[in-house]
Amino acid sequence: MRRGISVAAAAAALALAVSACGGQDTPTQPAAPASAADPAAVSGEVTWWDTSDATNEGPVFQQLITDFQAKYPKIKVNYVNVPFAEAQNKFKTAAQSGSGAPDVLRAEVGWVAEFASLGYLAPLEGTPALDKPEDFLPSPASSGKYNGKTYAVPQVTDTLGLLYNKELLKKAGHDAPPKTFAELKQTALDVKSKAGADGLALNVDAYFLLPFIYGEGGDLLDVASKKITVAAPQAAAGVKIVEDLITSGAAAKPAIQDSYTNAETAFKEGKVAMIFNGPWSNTDNLGGKVFKDNPDNFGIAPVPAGSAKAGAPTGGHDYAVYAGSKNLPASYLFVQFMASAESQAKVAGKLGLLPARPSAYTLPDAQANDMIAKWKDPMAAAVERPWIPEGGQLFQPLLEGYQKIAAGQQGSDAALQDVAKAYQGILKGWSL
Amino acid sequence: MTTQVVDGTAAGTPARGGARRPRGEGRAGRFLARHWYAWAMCAPVVVVTLVLIGYPLVRGVYLSLTDATEANMGRTIGMNTIPSTYEFVGLANYTAIVTSAEFLSRLAWTITWTVVCVALHYGLGLGLAMLLNRPLRLRSLYRMLLVLPWAVPAFVSAFIWRYLLNGEFGVVNAMLRAAGLPGVQWLDDPLWAKASVIAVNVWLGVPFMMLALLGGLQAIPRELYEAAEVDGATPWQRFRHITLPGLRPVSSTVVLLGTIWTFNQFPVIFLVTRGGPGGSSEILVTYAYRQAFEGIRNYSGSAAWGVLILVLLVVMAVVYRRALRRQGEAW
Repeated sequence: MRRGISVAAAAAALALAVSACGGQDTPTQPAAPASAADPAAVSGEVTWWDTSDATNEGPVFQQLITDFQAKYPKIKVNYVNVPFAEAQNKFKTAAQSGSGAPDVLRAEVGWVAEFASLGYLAPLEGTPALDKPEDFLPSPASSGKYNGKTYAVPQVTDTLGLLYNKELLKKAGHDAPPKTFAELKQTALDVKSKAGADGLALNVDAYFLLPFIYGEGGDLLDVASKKITVAAPQAAAGVKIVEDLITSGAAAKPAIQDSYTNAETAFKEGKVAMIFNGPWSNTDNLGGKVFKDNPDNFGIAPVPAGSAKAGAPTGGHDYAVYAGSKNLPASYLFVQFMASAESQAKVAGKLGLLPARPSAYTLPDAQANDMIAKWKDPMAAAVERPWIPEGGQLFQPLLEGYQKIAAGQQGSDAALQDVAKAYQGILKGWSL
Repeated sequence: MTTQVVDGTAAGTPARGGARRPRGEGRAGRFLARHWYAWAMCAPVVVVTLVLIGYPLVRGVYLSLTDATEANMGRTIGMNTIPSTYEFVGLANYTAIVTSAEFLSRLAWTITWTVVCVALHYGLGLGLAMLLNRPLRLRSLYRMLLVLPWAVPAFVSAFIWRYLLNGEFGVVNAMLRAAGLPGVQWLDDPLWAKASVIAVNVWLGVPFMMLALLGGLQAIPRELYEAAEVDGATPWQRFRHITLPGLRPVSSTVVLLGTIWTFNQFPVIFLVTRGGPGGSSEILVTYAYRQAFEGIRNYSGSAAWGVLILVLLVVMAVVYRRALRRQGEAW
């Protein structure tokens, strides 16, 4: 009995402790032949993992699939909606084990370099999937490239803008949205004192810190010279501005857990006048209490500028094809169709998501949605992010640092030093 | 037992004396002959355990001695082939972890978290079990309600608590504000966040302790209490000298189990605070998870974390067992 229990205890302990160790598989599979001569003759089944919002956005993509199947009746598309937050890990696990991975994935722009470096994605040069590459906006298109090859093509692009409640700003005596960080602070303080609402709600998230860092001329990394610049004077100046917004009361004390949702809810309820957010939130915002019956109250402006420029991160999503797909020709055709200017314009018209092809903006479908034109100026300030395989690991240390600053646990300089130290552990051989 | 007796007689029978095989072989042969049935019955369990626990464990220990990551383990996917380039690095992963500043602070918080949670689990569970271990109207209803937190999947409870404790829009703060009190930064302040995750875990874990201890209480013979009462023992003396010793076999097991579960209580921390704010509520397992699943997966580093956690728990279990044995507990 004595022995029995200690063995059971050890077993219980190790069951959790070792669950992290996976094995590796080596699926051997002949490379599929390059694109078939006649697209109409291609047949097969394509499984697509969509990571868009299942209720608001999913149906529009499903409509596109119906159109695709009408054009290529021999190809069957299986639509699977995978929640965005889970998709990256789920895909990696499936891709690596060689079973259960989709043929086509909607990948966030920051994932592509990582997936490509790990051998999970099929290069698209010379396939139908890379169609009219000159007709892509340069910044989103660069997200699909790794080591000189193209592994993904853009679906939509986005960036952060300053979203504001026009009525609240007017009450505070401001007809126009703030154009600089100094004006942002003043406007927010005016709203607080005159309009009976908070001025600005910050989302404590590393991605949402980037406009402040870019504005002062900083960046997380300098990829060309392999330098970590997150604690350099320019980036530190940007983070100081955020610190000042919080301590001065211009920004409401930010929530740290569920920060995004809390900021969005406060904005939609009219409890706060300004937030930073992207075009993906258009539908959500317009459904809010203060915008539902008065959509003109919803204002979109570029992020305010710092001493260097106005800059916000380039975001968006790409289509990528799994290297182990058994239906490569059909998958390439599917990507070609989904990434075409016509498809992007349809998505833009229905959802207000920004096309990644310049030609799509001129199509009537896209022009029918006035959100597209409103996001043109904010989009001009979009800054290219470092598309490196380690890109996905950069946010957690910065998030922890931002949380410490927002909670008042640590000053911005000390927090950024810690972030830089964490980056040194992630990026081997990079200098400070 | 019976086999042994039969065997003994057979060996002692003079008629078989001449046919005896050499000593060593005879022992092994007799051992197999005597126990083959038991071995056959155990075999499926042994095989399954070896496959499900033994292999991953051995592989985990091996990986923890290499520098394997998702990027350097060889594989072929379609047209892409990645060569295997990971190497044996000895104990480098372990020294890196143990010498990092992160390790000691995470370990300290993990131990605090475990001790506080298990103490509250046991204390509250025992209190509730004592309350329910007496004739009471609607007793089975209370019992059912108290078990409810345990019946709900932990991740569901964790999400519900996360919404209840939301600083701006949460129910708890709404009630505080309605009562004229200022809201509390339940999940946004490092100290409150720690208190909140402990509270959630206590809420989740008390029902199990209560049920186990209630079973233990019911196994204590009534006569002991009656005799004590006749001898004039006070309620406290009865609790101290009958209830606690009577519960010891149950307590020692559930406390050990509770410690291991709490030490590795992943969902509560991961889903309620995500380890935040600023990593302050991160325990060892959630930290190890980040190592494994954030960005390019670090198999060797996370395996080293896993093995370290395992070693810590095994050491704890052995020390605990020794301490109990010294007190005369037979298990």
